[in-house]
Amino acid sequence: MLTYNKPTTVDEAVILLQQPQHAARALAGGTDLLVELRSGRLAAQGIVDLKRIPELRALRAEQDGFRIGAAVSGAELGEHATLKAMWPGVVEAANLIGSTQIQGRASLGGNLCNASPAADSVPALIAAGARCTVAGPGGRREVPVESIVTGPGKTSLVSGEFVVDFVLPAQAARGGDAYLRFIPRTEMDIAVVGVAVNLTLDAAGVCTTARVAVGAVAPTARLVDAAGAALVGTTVDETALNALMAAVRAACAPINDKRGTIEFRTHVAGVLAGRAAKIALDRARSRA
Amino acid sequence: MSKHHISTTINGEPVEFLCDTAQTLLDVLRDELGLTGSKEGCGSGDCGACSVLVEGRLVCACLVLAAEVDRCAVETIEGVAQGNALHPLQQVFLNEAALQCGICTPGIIVAAKALLEKNPDPDEEEIRFWLAGNLCRCTGYDKIVRAVQQAALVMRSA
Ligand SMILES: Cc1cc2nc3c(=O)[nH]c(=O)nc-3n(C[C@H](O)[C@H](O)[C@H](O)COP(=O)(O)OP(=O)(O)OC[C@H]3O[C@@H](n4cnc5c(N)ncnc54)[C@H](O)[C@@H]3O)c2cc1C
Ligand code: FES
Ligand code: FES
Repeated sequence: MLTYNKPTTVDEAVILLQQPQHAARALAGGTDLLVELRSGRLAAQGIVDLKRIPELRALRAEQDGFRIGAAVSGAELGEHATLKAMWPGVVEAANLIGSTQIQGRASLGGNLCNASPAADSVPALIAAGARCTVAGPGGRREVPVESIVTGPGKTSLVSGEFVVDFVLPAQAARGGDAYLRFIPRTEMDIAVVGVAVNLTLDAAGVCTTARVAVGAVAPTARLVDAAGAALVGTTVDETALNALMAAVRAACAPINDKRGTIEFRTHVAGVLAGRAAKIALDRARSRA
Repeated sequence: MSKHHISTTINGEPVEFLCDTAQTLLDVLRDELGLTGSKEGCGSGDCGACSVLVEGRLVCACLVLAAEVDRCAVETIEGVAQGNALHPLQQVFLNEAALQCGICTPGIIVAAKALLEKNPDPDEEEIRFWLAGNLCRCTGYDKIVRAVQQAALVMRSA
């Protein structure tokens, strides 16, 4: 019989989740977990609902950025005006997840830990340099978002561990981010390609830092160092954008399926990277 | 293991029920509480026929565990009309024939009502995006979108 618990503290949740071979599963918005449960694929014996733990539901501006509880819904992120103003790319990516109804529940923690290669918020969080707090039997550790997912459906979290919150740094004064995805329809579909760009400019408009991350074109979302490097030291002109697109395409190792061939996904990743970089550039300039 | 004892408020009325972990809110509404207005189209979050509000938030009842709504306020299509007085959305949907088989209608009314409470004057694009998770196999959506706009007008001039 499947158990259901709703701990109110992180420590309680760690104990409940500390079962052999992930016999207990964390529940945030349930938009992945309940689909799994209903299809009969859920092997767990227990569900641990994380939403009654205040830390997982808190969303607050801190001196050096934002702290976003792992179970905060996409709808709540979209309603947070200062977060949206500082990290529009992250919020847009989170808000692309599903429909209005899905937004009412879907969380960043669930999107990350479900470990789908196509999870929309993950490239945006990686590009933003987000870190997450992981709690577990060994206490707490803060790690970069890109260290969590190790392959489709697989994470580096051990038994008893879960994500408590995400820490987004403060965006630079002349910084901007953007996320774009390709789907065959206009709404309600899973990314065939997703690309996030986060860059900063100096007073002369020269790019000083850039982080580029791709989704759905490899077993996990990837930070593409060479793509960021292609922009640094440039004014993000056509030459730099061409170098960015080539670096992104070189980092793609997608699957071939009916939703997109390898060739198509690789090509589109480059195109979206160029477009996302232009949006991020405009945002960086208008914030300055 | 024994069943979960859940105390909740449904459409403003206190309600208590017992459920198993694997039962969704939609299962309990329809099968245990006789509130069959919310429909099950897909059971996987894709169609929106099961749309309800939990703590004021629009969600798919098929993707919520019944055990999760303990001490939460739930609003369903059954609470939209006030006694015999239909909500303007319901009246306009009837007048304008914005439905055919009607399976999608309860979810669409619940979702559209949530939109109009947030934004009393949405344009066509806003309505289409907001309702993108409410599938209709019959109408082709045009009449639905126009009915929502007309209901918004009725509500603004009330
Ligand atoms: C109709 C529909 C459309 C969708 N569209 C999209 C889309 O466009 N883009 C997209 O990326 N996804 C999409 N999804 C998938 C899903 O909505 C997202 O992945 C969502 O972000 C999951 O969040 P959740 O809070 O609902 O997670 P849950 O379902 O609660 O959990 C997901 C997984 O993560 C684990 N987990 C949850 N929280 C934590 C935590 N804090 N620490 C450790 N593990 C945790 C759970 O055990 C589970 O394995 C869609 C789903 C549906 C049903
Ligand atoms: S029945 Fe819930 S979304 Fe289809
Ligand atoms: S009226 Fe039949 S599904 Fe919408």
